[in-house]
Amino acid sequence: MTVRVQEELFDLGAETAGFAARASGAGAVVTFTGLVRDVPGGLSGMEIEHYPGMTEKALTAIRAEAMARWSLADALIIHRYGQLRPGDLIMMVATASRHRADAFAAAEFLMDYLKSRAPFWKNERVGSDSAWVAARDEDEAALSRWQD
Amino acid sequence: MILDVLYFAWVRERIGLPRERIETKAPTVAALVAELAAREDRYAAAFADLSALRVALDQDLSDFDAPLSGVREVAFFPPMTGG
Repeated sequence: MTVRVQEELFDLGAETAGFAARASGAGAVVTFTGLVRDVPGGLSGMEIEHYPGMTEKALTAIRAEAMARWSLADALIIHRYGQLRPGDLIMMVATASRHRADAFAAAEFLMDYLKSRAPFWKNERVGSDSAWVAARDEDEAALSRWQD
Repeated sequence: MILDVLYFAWVRERIGLPRERIETKAPTVAALVAELAAREDRYAAAFADLSALRVALDQDLSDFDAPLSGVREVAFFPPMTGG
């Protein structure tokens, strides 16, 4: 599966190794991994909510767009939801191409799009308080560099 | 028409439910929003600032001026924070 939305932890090493092994003909694999960042005061947990159905649809479309824009052997997106703790893996993308430039660019594109176009929402808990993470203007602005 | 209306993140919390079925004649998303906001204070509070909201029609991102004809599922949520 090239797009996965799941509650359970994934094995970064095994996913990367498996992805590289399947990317026949590629000379380059780029991976990016997002972790739950701690905050001042100490994060007690993060809950990621998503929109089942739309999430898979949006990620599949973003992946297809990357495959069409760059010469890629393959692209993988894994994104978790549910209860996470500081330091936990949230998501990963992997891209494979013949030479590294396409794999690097496509990985950045996937990240920029899934930050602001995939229906996930993060809720941070510090002590007994919880707050929804606000979208960042920088993330929205990052999309503009991919628009022709 | 009958619509499934879904709410996520703080929109869900403010309205107090994740989804509901609504019978409406609203021609556009904006008209549906006006209809919901007129119902009760909790809806009015959730829809007070449309610039802070996004809408999806049948699981595709859309706009508040989009028509609702043929649509089955409408979702309201804040800007997304994936990654």
